[in-house]
Amino acid sequence: MKLKSSLLIAVLTFTLCSAHAVTLRVANQGDAQSMDPHSLNESLQLSFTGNVYEPLVGRDKKLGLIPALATKWSQTSPTVWRFELRKGVSFHDGAPFTADDVVFSFKRAAGDGSDMKSYTSSIKEVRKVNDHMVEIETLAPFPILPDVISLVFMMNKAWCETNKATTPVDRRKGIENTASFKANGTGPFRLKERQPSTRTVLVRNPRYWDSIESNIDEVVFTPIGNSATRVAALLSGEIDVMEPVPLQDVERIKASPKLNVVQGPELRTIFLGMDQKRDELLFSNVKGKNPFKDKRVRQAFYQAIDIETIKSRVMRGASTPAALMAGPGIKGFPAELNKRLPYDPEASKKLLAEAGYPNGFEVSMNCPNDRYVNDGDICQAVAANLARVGVKITLQTETKVTYFPKILSRNTSFYLLGWTAGTYDSHNILTSLMATPTEQGQGQFNLGAYSNSKIDELTLKVQSETDQTKRNAMIKEAFEIHASDIGHLPLHQQALAWAMKKNIQLTQLPDNSMPFRWIVVK
Amino acid sequence: MSTVPDSTAAPGVFKRIKDSDVWYSFKHSPVAIGAALVAFTILFCALFANVVAPHEPFNLATLELADARLPPAWQAEGSRKYLLGTDDQGRDILSVLMYGSRISLFVGVISVCLSVLVGVALGLLSGFMGGKTDAFIMRICDVMLSFPSILIALLISGVGRALFPQAQDGLALAVLIIAIALPGWVQYARTVRGSTLVERNKEYVQAARVIGVSSLRIMRRHVLPNVLGPVMVLATIQIATAIIIEATLSFLGVGMSPTSPSLGTLIRVGNDFLFSGEWWITIFPGLVLVLIALSVNLLGDWLRDALNPRLR
Repeated sequence: MKLKSSLLIAVLTFTLCSAHAVTLRVANQGDAQSMDPHSLNESLQLSFTGNVYEPLVGRDKKLGLIPALATKWSQTSPTVWRFELRKGVSFHDGAPFTADDVVFSFKRAAGDGSDMKSYTSSIKEVRKVNDHMVEIETLAPFPILPDVISLVFMMNKAWCETNKATTPVDRRKGIENTASFKANGTGPFRLKERQPSTRTVLVRNPRYWDSIESNIDEVVFTPIGNSATRVAALLSGEIDVMEPVPLQDVERIKASPKLNVVQGPELRTIFLGMDQKRDELLFSNVKGKNPFKDKRVRQAFYQAIDIETIKSRVMRGASTPAALMAGPGIKGFPAELNKRLPYDPEASKKLLAEAGYPNGFEVSMNCPNDRYVNDGDICQAVAANLARVGVKITLQTETKVTYFPKILSRNTSFYLLGWTAGTYDSHNILTSLMATPTEQGQGQFNLGAYSNSKIDELTLKVQSETDQTKRNAMIKEAFEIHASDIGHLPLHQQALAWAMKKNIQLTQLPDNSMPFRWIVVK
Repeated sequence: MSTVPDSTAAPGVFKRIKDSDVWYSFKHSPVAIGAALVAFTILFCALFANVVAPHEPFNLATLELADARLPPAWQAEGSRKYLLGTDDQGRDILSVLMYGSRISLFVGVISVCLSVLVGVALGLLSGFMGGKTDAFIMRICDVMLSFPSILIALLISGVGRALFPQAQDGLALAVLIIAIALPGWVQYARTVRGSTLVERNKEYVQAARVIGVSSLRIMRRHVLPNVLGPVMVLATIQIATAIIIEATLSFLGVGMSPTSPSLGTLIRVGNDFLFSGEWWITIFPGLVLVLIALSVNLLGDWLRDALNPRLR
């Protein structure tokens, strides 16, 4: 009898406990491409792996810097930074976190196949001082180093070695390794299950070094590519949180008594890029020369795009047309320069005729259809705009799984990309998007290889300038040159829209990352 | 003397059709007449889309983005310019339906023709030759039948896309046709083989053999006409299936590009707007797809009955 009742109690406690286990079901329009934190410098991937891995310097809810795996940092000389590492932190497999892991992780992030080189390009060396202290030496004075490394996640050296994952997964070359499917970080959640493009499960890390604000025990992340299906899944209660909300469904979801929509401006700028390096475009009917090398052609494209109608019809008002590669909220953003050239198809036709294309020309355009808000539709609208001035666009829209490897290997003539400065500083935009591409990681996402030596020079100066006024003046000058060169065609900053059940409390960050540690289920 | 036409044997094609049993049965079947009317209206609109359609939806330069997502003309915000409303890029739904069904019908008919060609040839060969040839071809059929046809189609279009990553619309169309035609031939091969097995033992075939006619000629001139009846029926029904497979592939995003949409692409695009109340973008293409499939199926059904001597 005694045994029976204790069994009963045991069963009861078990059911009660499991009833209390909080599961959060999250859906996104795409999947994190890999669990390797150094393999792709893309918001969703970094946001997702950021739950499992941590940087030395983290970000708070207002995107300000906070200590993460480093407790303190200071400069010992203009080019040397000293980071004191947090003690008593262990990886998910139990291994302690030490300076060796930091040295290893920076080497990995700066090495072959890494997509994070733009964050490490200024670093000369990372040295171990003792088990809980490292020094980072930069090539030149680099006052924003802590901002720049806030997305460089720390991995465990021994784990990477045993799992043969010492170099990052490089999807462009089709290189995969264990780090793509397994993870061993220090973060508040650990990876339990990984099925690419299907389902990824994270569970709470009971040995986390800090208290976790969230009460979630398990996160089930499901990519649902089709917008209508994603909305249906939320309406039917199959998922708890989803993003992005298709703009056409915002009103409908808001009207539901059980659901909530959180909207806010996003730091991301959506823009078009053109191949300005090759002597002949890969995908065009113009042979023997590259029309995009001619500024008049780029300006003709710019002025042919009716951004206001794209805003009102495609984006349903939820966008801010942009003239610069950065938006408000990015440090150094020169607001006074943010004026677009007017939409003027006639001027555009004239420019094309002057450049020697009175009847336009044909060119292929590459576009993702599941990465940014209404990305495929934006491209269609742009293609229609360009058709009016005689440019015939062969539009290829595809899922980001095939899109990113293609354009990151610069296998494109004309493409769409969205960019959030990972450091929330203009320098990131200068060095990633505008600087001439180099082996060290400058211009890593300047996929059309726009090049102006004056900008390269300014980028280096901005990097080491400590005087804010001077620095801002140089940023402004660089943006001005880029705008007058029409190096890229900025389109707009999109608005964020997340939808969730009313019992879920979360923090929406303007960089569109969703740290699960700040989500509370009531 | 043999060049003089025999006036009693060749009474003109129209007269022959008019006197035939098939025409008689058609005239007396209201379902067949209705289905034929619908099918021919759609076919006409599709064939002469560039004349009939009020707008040119495939010409990007004519699109008015400002007119995007207008409801049908009879609704409050509708415009008389666009009878059935516009889609998310400002394309007139009515026009895009005509152009879209042109692509869908083209893909359907051409891929069925291809599968008939391959299927009938292999079926004849298989049934007439027998032995190892027969066993070999029939085992291939078994393998093909063990996969769902949509899976094979997905595989082929996937490979096609990987081989030609920057495919133009024309190439995408070709890949789509092959992807649908390839899994389709099996049914014809099986049907034809069955009928051929029956026919090849009949006296007229043996007679032809005895007087020394070559196998190829016997197959082509004597057996083929006698096995075509079921093939005709099957082909009619398969056109509808092919159109639906095309729509499925396009719906899944591996078909036609969004700038020259077929019915399936249109339904996929519109599907995103269903929840927000912009129903016309997906409902009208869906309706046209249903109408095409239904009318072609009804015609096939009727043809089967008309050609079946037992039902006469």
